[in-house]
Amino acid sequence: MTAQAQIAGGYETGGGTWRFPASQPLKLDSGGEIAPLEVAYKTYGRLNETKSNAVLVCHALTGDQHLASTHPVTGKPGWWSRFVGPGLPLDPERYFIICSNVVGGCMGTTGPASTNPKTGEPYGLSFPVITIADMVRAQAMLIEAMGIDTLFAVVGGSMGGMQVLTWAADYPEKIFSAVCIAAAARHSAQNIAFHEVGRQAIMADPNWMGGAYLKAGVRPEKGLAVARMAAHITYLSEPALQRKFGRELQRDGLSWGFDADFQVESYLRHQGASFVDRFDANSYLYITRALDYFDLAARHGGSLAEAFRKARGVRFCVLSFSSDWLYPTAESRDIVRALNAAGCRASFVEIESDKGHDAFFLDEPQLDATLRGFLAAQAAARGLA
Amino acid sequence: MTEMREDFREILRLVRPGARVLDIGCGEGELLELLSREKRVDGQGLEISPEGVAACLARGLAVVQGDGDRDLDHFPTRAFDYAVLSKTLQQMREPKHVLSELLRIADQAVVSVPNFGHWKVRWALLSRGRMPETGALPEPWWSTPNIHLCTLADFTALCDDLGLRIDACVALAEGRKARQIDPRRPIENWRAETALFLLSRKTADTPEAVPQNLFGEVELPKPDAPAPRTKPKRRKR
Repeated sequence: MTAQAQIAGGYETGGGTWRFPASQPLKLDSGGEIAPLEVAYKTYGRLNETKSNAVLVCHALTGDQHLASTHPVTGKPGWWSRFVGPGLPLDPERYFIICSNVVGGCMGTTGPASTNPKTGEPYGLSFPVITIADMVRAQAMLIEAMGIDTLFAVVGGSMGGMQVLTWAADYPEKIFSAVCIAAAARHSAQNIAFHEVGRQAIMADPNWMGGAYLKAGVRPEKGLAVARMAAHITYLSEPALQRKFGRELQRDGLSWGFDADFQVESYLRHQGASFVDRFDANSYLYITRALDYFDLAARHGGSLAEAFRKARGVRFCVLSFSSDWLYPTAESRDIVRALNAAGCRASFVEIESDKGHDAFFLDEPQLDATLRGFLAAQAAARGLA
Repeated sequence: MTEMREDFREILRLVRPGARVLDIGCGEGELLELLSREKRVDGQGLEISPEGVAACLARGLAVVQGDGDRDLDHFPTRAFDYAVLSKTLQQMREPKHVLSELLRIADQAVVSVPNFGHWKVRWALLSRGRMPETGALPEPWWSTPNIHLCTLADFTALCDDLGLRIDACVALAEGRKARQIDPRRPIENWRAETALFLLSRKTADTPEAVPQNLFGEVELPKPDAPAPRTKPKRRKR
């Protein structure tokens, strides 16, 4: 177990790859296990003496541990940089903020692109199918290895929100508060359908090579780009697309062909093309599968309230966005209803926004205010200065 | 320190320490904060405005954004000891449904309503033939949120309809001390500007679950076994 601390700019105070020995495997829902397990993470701020100020941020499908650090591949600021800083909702002067790459990911945590110790080659499709609960189990291992008993808060949006819910269901005694943003307690048929389009696009790319593309030295870039393009549409909203692009053309007049005439086409192509530089196609398959398999109620006898039965001591904040059609407000309301039924302390806000699902990455003052207010109040309740 | 709202003072007096309280239309959470501080209640708010919800969250209160007309159905049965609905029943689309929902969700409901039978209201109608604008009902008819106004007699009749027991009632008036009243007395239907009720279900399981003397040291007339001293009902308008 080594943590190579690499101090970078910003508020980053540490990070690296936590290597769990083969004797400490990650046990999986599927019955299998991953050993040895490596978990890549970043930290911001400092752990206080009582180890009571740790906040775990769970990232979304295509996110990673670079919460507020410059991304090593794209050179862009971290995906939630605008939330991390003094006076911001995730204040590194107050909290010790941890963000780790999910299991199955491709930014340093063990995933299908990692080397299979049994073969010495990339896992590819020999990587076991993972679930959201597996991701959370790996996070729990990391937190324990860091010597942290209880997290002050677990925060996440989209797939990150599902991890938050899973934390509450599986480790209620290890969390003080939970913030679930723009998520759902299960994947709907529509969610699964969109993911299936993405997976089929990847698998239809001849360069996918049955998942063994790394060995062959190629990458299914076209398929992955199409998958990203299709998914990206689900992250936006019709009004947001209309406002941003309308029917604006790239250049004067139509091409009378199949070039990217419209700005929206060009934008999507760019989204797809830039995605393949930083994401592994098999990771995309595995993580979307984990999302599709996610159904918190099903794991608890069909009752979502049952899932939260032991989480009565946890203070929840559930947030949704009015224009999010990927995980619409009704999904969040179901979560809140179950929390209420389970007797949990739950707050819920639907934030007015026309930016769709992606609003949680964007400048939404109400999101900032809500999150800052909730966390600050919980910090006071937790006795954090 | 601003002076405590008279209805808040009364609610504070009514609520048992450590109780579970749902405040419907909790605004910025002033009442819940007061109850949490003074009575250590386990509070939960329901508020429609995002600003109100944000303010509650910043105070550390648990609050769900929602609409009392629609979202009460989402709360489980008997999840709370008290459901508080302060001065908003008359703004609900379906006050009858809301009232019965309050007493499904909670063992007791604290409900305050402006009394449309108050003499100033009657006088405004009688003398000027105009919709009343009084302290309790300040807005003109075309902008008032109050769509389902009632008199004390109407309200007690609805309670009877729904099989609700009035455990306590106080009259509230701007700038005056709260006054315990028997809401079924016709004179109170003239005198009370606003009335605050403590209600419970008449069903068998409530009495033992709920301690009867909720007014602390003050002993109140209990209209439990209502000795209907009221004359035949005042005409409904």
